[in-house]
Amino acid sequence: MSQSIASNPVSTSAATLPTPGTAEFIQETLALTRRLFIQLQRRPTTLVAGIIQPLMWLVLFGALFQNVPSGLFGESQNYGQFLGAGIIVFTAFAGALNAGLPVMFDREFGFLNRLLVAPLASRFSIVLASALFIATLSLIQTSAIVILSAFLGAGLPGPAGLLLMTLIVLTLVFGVTALSLGLAFALPGHIELLAVIFITNLPLLFASTALVPLSFMPPWLQVVASLNPLSYAIEPIRYIYLHPDWQFSSVIMQTPFADISLAIALLILFSFSALAFITIRPLIDRRIS
Amino acid sequence: MAPAVLVKNLKKSYGNVEAVKDVSFAIEPGEIFGLLGPNGAGKTTTIRCLCTLMTPDAGQLEINGISVLEDPRAARQMLGYIAQEVALDKVLTGRELLELQAAIYHLPKAKSRDRIAQMLALLEIEDIADKKTGTYSGGQKKRLDLAAGLLHQPAVLVLDEPTVGLDIESRTAVWNFLRQLQREGTTILLTSHYLEEVDALAGRVAIIDSGQVISSGTPAALKAEVGGDRITLRIREFTPDAEATSARDLLTHLPVVQEVIINSAQGNSLNLVVNQDADALTAVQTALKAANLPTFGISQSQPSLDDVYLAATGRTLMDAEMAATGKRDLKKEKKQAMR
Repeated sequence: MSQSIASNPVSTSAATLPTPGTAEFIQETLALTRRLFIQLQRRPTTLVAGIIQPLMWLVLFGALFQNVPSGLFGESQNYGQFLGAGIIVFTAFAGALNAGLPVMFDREFGFLNRLLVAPLASRFSIVLASALFIATLSLIQTSAIVILSAFLGAGLPGPAGLLLMTLIVLTLVFGVTALSLGLAFALPGHIELLAVIFITNLPLLFASTALVPLSFMPPWLQVVASLNPLSYAIEPIRYIYLHPDWQFSSVIMQTPFADISLAIALLILFSFSALAFITIRPLIDRRIS
Repeated sequence: MAPAVLVKNLKKSYGNVEAVKDVSFAIEPGEIFGLLGPNGAGKTTTIRCLCTLMTPDAGQLEINGISVLEDPRAARQMLGYIAQEVALDKVLTGRELLELQAAIYHLPKAKSRDRIAQMLALLEIEDIADKKTGTYSGGQKKRLDLAAGLLHQPAVLVLDEPTVGLDIESRTAVWNFLRQLQREGTTILLTSHYLEEVDALAGRVAIIDSGQVISSGTPAALKAEVGGDRITLRIREFTPDAEATSARDLLTHLPVVQEVIINSAQGNSLNLVVNQDADALTAVQTALKAANLPTFGISQSQPSLDDVYLAATGRTLMDAEMAATGKRDLKKEKKQAMR
């Protein structure tokens, strides 16, 4: 064997250690992301269930209100059309909310220590890998919903509309993933994390415009739904679906506080995600650096 | 030349529990150094601080002269860490795990391929490299973990209880492998509560108890320091307190006997420190016979590392181990270990 199997103490000095750069950060982020995709590939149940579940929502929940008088749900032709935007956003949200679970299990099994003793260029690669993984999953789910909705008669937005929808879903996913990862580092174990996921999930769905428009709600719930970031992802997508001629200045939502234009809604959504990232950063730093 | 590892006045508490009170030792390059002590003595905490998994409350930590606290990345680059519990992703194959490991240590692609092939061959796990790690036996998991820890050719390999839970064969294989590594120039720090393991592997040892180093040196020197031979005497299988005490008083006065300790954890057996004299055993037996005391068992031996521990703490390692088992809150410790 020409190469030493072990170390060469002389060469392994601190002087030869290059300062970590972008290349190292990309290398480690890709490797960590690859691990998540291998897991998905060998255990595809999550993905299959994650696609079937929103489709069942769409079909069953849509059928539930199939016979409501047309025009009752705003400008939508039927409830199925109204519901599509809600299901897209809720599915992406629920997926992102679960992003912390694998990290929590890595903490509990000690696998995270393997990463933490390594000279990572930045430990933020652990966070980024999860975000990339969840974002990909969400886009696959979203595509499935968009395609089924089209078959159910909801129509299909134009290329610009689809692009904007993608952007909206990704923004929401990154923000919620950040929060979930923050929780995964802050909470003591997966039981607690699951509890938080359970109590956040459905209330945020009901207190949003996913299932009914704001005008159906009592005033107090209108206030809550207008503070719910999910509404600011749902309403733009719904508007894009119904208005092929959408403009950034179009008013898409009338909250108890103000009329919200498409641009304002996007700004609010973007701020929410940015805030989520800023909030969890110190939490993650404290735990893992 | 700076020591390969320097730990100086390390201190670490969890809440009001002082896990490490004051631990200091230095390891020379190329040495196998053992940290010996019962479970709960502070070995793992010391190692976790050294490997940047924990921030100590006070103390100095250096790897090859680099401060672990000031430049943790440089320290991580030089360290290989093998945790006590092997944490593998059971869905990945061994090779995929090594590829991940290579990437987080930033090995270039070609080098990573070479190193992985090399380590798989060296640890004799090529045939299972493409099977999921979930199907591995305990010994195979440990080998893969070793391969992962050594992939980046660390100058210092740190192993926490490397052979706990392994079968005899795997244990011997790990020992031989560590010896081979040392010959190639790697500095090795290992913790163990197995006397045998430390005695067999370590060139030098620090005995640690209740968060403090109570003795350190080469195993031979430590044994020589406690001096004399050991006689373990059992008057009956379970000797009554009164009988044990009277036997102790009787034997303490023999010129060949230096010290007598009653070991209540072992049915009041008597541990005698005697002069290194072939007649010591006979002298003790004669005295017992004269006092009409029976003998259930008696044996003479040279001092072991356990005697070093016994001399410093007044109890054997196994007794300390058993005493600690009931007192430790393993669930709480697991939480502390979680990051």
